Amino acid sequence: MSDTPTRPDPVFTADAAFFWEGADRGELNCERCTDCARLRHPPRPMCPHCRSTKRETVRLSGRGRVLSWIVPRHPAPIGFGEPPVVVLVALDEGIRLVSNLEGVETADLAIGLPVEVTFAPTRGGHAVPVFRRVGAAT
Amino acid sequence: MSRGGGAAIVGIGQTEFSKNSGRSELQLAAEASRAALEDAGIDPADVDGMITFTLDSSDEIGLSRCLGVRDLAYATRIPGGGAASVATVAQAMAVVESGLADVVLIWRAMNERSAYRFGQPIVPPGGGLVNIAGAGTGSLLWCMPFGAQTPASWEALAAQHYMATFGVTNRDLAHVSVAQRRHAATNPAAWFYGRPITVEEHQQSRWIVEPVLRLLDCCQESDGGVALVVTSLERARDLRQPPVRVLAAAQSIPAEVEVISNYYHADLTVMPEAMGTARRIYQRSGLTPADMQLAMLYDAFTPQVLKQLEGFGFCGRGEAKDFVRDGNIQLGGRLPVNTNGGLIGEAYIHGMNNITEAVRQVRGTAVNQVPNVEHALVSCAMAGAILGRA
Repeated sequence: MSDTPTRPDPVFTADAAFFWEGADRGELNCERCTDCARLRHPPRPMCPHCRSTKRETVRLSGRGRVLSWIVPRHPAPIGFGEPPVVVLVALDEGIRLVSNLEGVETADLAIGLPVEVTFAPTRGGHAVPVFRRVGAAT
Repeated sequence: MSRGGGAAIVGIGQTEFSKNSGRSELQLAAEASRAALEDAGIDPADVDGMITFTLDSSDEIGLSRCLGVRDLAYATRIPGGGAASVATVAQAMAVVESGLADVVLIWRAMNERSAYRFGQPIVPPGGGLVNIAGAGTGSLLWCMPFGAQTPASWEALAAQHYMATFGVTNRDLAHVSVAQRRHAATNPAAWFYGRPITVEEHQQSRWIVEPVLRLLDCCQESDGGVALVVTSLERARDLRQPPVRVLAAAQSIPAEVEVISNYYHADLTVMPEAMGTARRIYQRSGLTPADMQLAMLYDAFTPQVLKQLEGFGFCGRGEAKDFVRDGNIQLGGRLPVNTNGGLIGEAYIHGMNNITEAVRQVRGTAVNQVPNVEHALVSCAMAGAILGRA
């Protein structure tokens, strides 16, 4: 508990701030077009389907499956004690997110592994969504 | 008014490839450009078009002042990191054929080993985390807080899905590196001249990104400069070198595809940008994969070579691992690939040194010459060209 977070902070761009502000509150959010209701990620100021600039924030279930995984070893990722497991997650709502998977041995990693969101602190006092195996003890 | 008579690469130039050039990037650009114009037999004063990468640090006016360019008529830059490399040739072709300029100089020069580390993240004085290699190439802010902070990790995260789907192991990738290091070993311009590797040596090199990339799956960081001169086919016939015609050149940047943080298109087992480029250059040239005597494929990392082999139709989906294991990409094989050693074996000048090698192969002057080259395909996936004899 006394460990000071070292993970890099996210970059709050104008179009992505809602995502990271949600993460600070422990919410995994996504952008949805107000006009055609389609979800999109990464965030952007216009819907690529109907070209509307009206958008709203919706909360996602936080559940998904691993689509791809790696462990970056060299150079050692900045802000991580041990090399993290980086995953591409296909969320149940149909969008994809780059994140981390925590608490899983590399031998157990596989495409299709069901995962659920939790949150990890960053050095500047923010939080980012990371994942753990579904049903893993907290 | 379009003249449409075709364009040719008439000059190529390069500096030595090193890990510490000892001079400025502008000087490397100027030396490579001077060499390319000398090769073409064109007075540098007559350059009237200039094209480089958005990432290049030398500017057009600075380079013009070095070369004594009299009156530049056209200058532009291509985005997308290394995806700009072959796209510069497509752009030069369009500029020459449109009549906007007659003598187009293309350059890329970098001290990406000695002045900065292209493959590594840096913490700028104001805090945060940036990576020069990723500037303007995609949505990398979605990767950095999770420890994917280098080109190797961005590529590997996409490649792992492809590899797991088709049962490609890191050992399979070794055959790409071994072939290219064999080519580099007999190329005196290559950093790894005289230093071939074995599959076992590849397998003993350390993990860069587990379970995808070992050290010997990664391109180099290099200092150096490369330049090309493009002009009309008509003018080319009167110049010093046999013209190398741009039979077709195109870009393809399909929906949801990114340069290297490429996680958002529907099917991650294919490379839509290579497929799109392939469709355009085959259609425009009337040629097919079987018409190519060699291919120069952007090889920042070995999995990219496999995906391009499939994307350009040299083998079927999921078959590239067998294609490379069976020796097809080596000199003497069915489709020699990266005959200079590529970005892995020769140098990483952001893809441009793979284009000059294609030119030498068509001219018949390469050190690792492939017999009877009629057509050479050169690709950076998001752009590609077919070069051939005029």
